[in-house]
Amino acid sequence: MLKKCLPAVYFIAGIAILLGMFDLASWVTAKNQIPIPSASKVLSTLYSLWKDPFYDNGPNDKGIGFQLLKSLITVFKGFTMATLLALPVGYIIGSSKTMMRLLNPVIQILKPVSPLAWFPLGLALFQASDKAAVFAVFITCIWPTLINTSLGVSSVPADHTNVAKAFGFSKFKTITKVYLPYSLPYIFTGLKLSIGIAWVVIVAAEMLSGGAGIGFFVWDSWNASSLEKVVAAILIIGVVGLILDKIFSALQKRFTYTA
Amino acid sequence: MESIINKSTEVLVEKMIQKAIGTAAIAIDNLTISFKTPKGVYTAIKDISLTVEKGEIIALIGHSGCGKSTLMGAVSGMVKATEGTVLANGNKVTGPGPDRGIVFQNYSLLPWLTVYKNVYEAVDSALKNVSIAEKKELVEKNLKQVNLWEHKDKLPGQISGGMKQRVAIARAFAINPSILLLDEPFGALDALTKSTMHVELLKLWNLDNREKTIVIVTHDIEEAIFLSDRVVVLNNGPEATIKEIVDVPLARPRNKKDIVHLPEYMQTHDRLLNLLIDKFSIDDIQ
Repeated sequence: MLKKCLPAVYFIAGIAILLGMFDLASWVTAKNQIPIPSASKVLSTLYSLWKDPFYDNGPNDKGIGFQLLKSLITVFKGFTMATLLALPVGYIIGSSKTMMRLLNPVIQILKPVSPLAWFPLGLALFQASDKAAVFAVFITCIWPTLINTSLGVSSVPADHTNVAKAFGFSKFKTITKVYLPYSLPYIFTGLKLSIGIAWVVIVAAEMLSGGAGIGFFVWDSWNASSLEKVVAAILIIGVVGLILDKIFSALQKRFTYTA
Repeated sequence: MESIINKSTEVLVEKMIQKAIGTAAIAIDNLTISFKTPKGVYTAIKDISLTVEKGEIIALIGHSGCGKSTLMGAVSGMVKATEGTVLANGNKVTGPGPDRGIVFQNYSLLPWLTVYKNVYEAVDSALKNVSIAEKKELVEKNLKQVNLWEHKDKLPGQISGGMKQRVAIARAFAINPSILLLDEPFGALDALTKSTMHVELLKLWNLDNREKTIVIVTHDIEEAIFLSDRVVVLNNGPEATIKEIVDVPLARPRNKKDIVHLPEYMQTHDRLLNLLIDKFSIDDIQ
């Protein structure tokens, strides 16, 4: 009984430490022009934000639910397009040494670039800031998925490929019954990393693009000198990021097979 | 009258031609296999010639790395011949084919497919021109023969090593090949399971009227004698050749418990032991 409760106890204690630190910071900065909000203030802000998440008072005043939804949709669009591109390209790179040698330098150069550096390029391409945000997420999500997919495909053991060869599997069957199932855990690792970085990037991208989204909400709250809203948004961003991560971890676990 | 003579000569000629090309299930002629490695060309086996008759069971035996699996690979079509030819049922081997069923060293089941699907996908790919209903029937029949029908919906990760190897054997039998190639099939199994598997393999061979030709790679002398008609002993590689072919003069069906007391068994066992091992006691080690 005690053992079962232990994770919950640790969780509550951890949260308490976090809130305590906020209270400490709020006490230290009390004399500042804009003091850090106390934990109780943040919690009451969180409560009021969630009481009516879907109100709409014109383009510059929407509920937190709408803002979150907007960010999630932007991430989903960029993530989906990146996945659709990265899976087949990753497969090709993983199954051909020539393609690996050809594309590896390109990937190595582009991978470490901050996705926000692509934002102006997106603006130029699409002439719209929300599309530029999708573009930034798209670029972000390509690399981890691409690299992990190719890693999965290139590491299929000979034991499995020999079966395909010995029993004369068609090209299609070899991909769907051997390469793809073997690579799935790798692919989900890539997708998990992708969506994690995308969720980080979207906040910054929306600060640049403005208009809507959780990133915009943070920046807008700062402009309105409402730090308790900023902190509340930070907590919300964290929780949503955690949920996204857990979803992909579960998928990865579901599709991992041991012989 | 004339037509009868013609007819009989025709049959005779046909028989002679068949004899000339060989009715052998497997005909290996001057086979050499080399691999390119970073350190240069490595010749695994050299100038091997061997004929295996239809319905015969032969064992390839030798030390680790002597090229047994390479030789087997040449018959299955997984390994390309560098020089010489391999004929399977009179046709030159250029790649794997449905006339040769393979049981791999590590079971080689696809871990994401159920027992049933593992067999079905192989049957589905190997047998063209067979209806889906017939394929399903084949899978069912072969899984039942190895007593795995009630486990058909399990994944390979959920069954024991012996069961996995039975799935692999069912998979090889299901495509109904005339030649069955087993590459150290029981090497990973414990001695008791192994013993059961030997009998099960022979049962399947019997059920098929002993028409299948079986080649089994092993390094287990008892296994080789119990299963095979002839034991092919290979020299140590590189450039492995056939050291000797030892006949197994034991009548079938064989009884594991009884044959070990037969003088023929002991002679064969001794002969193989002498061919494979040169150190028998601590006095032999310098």
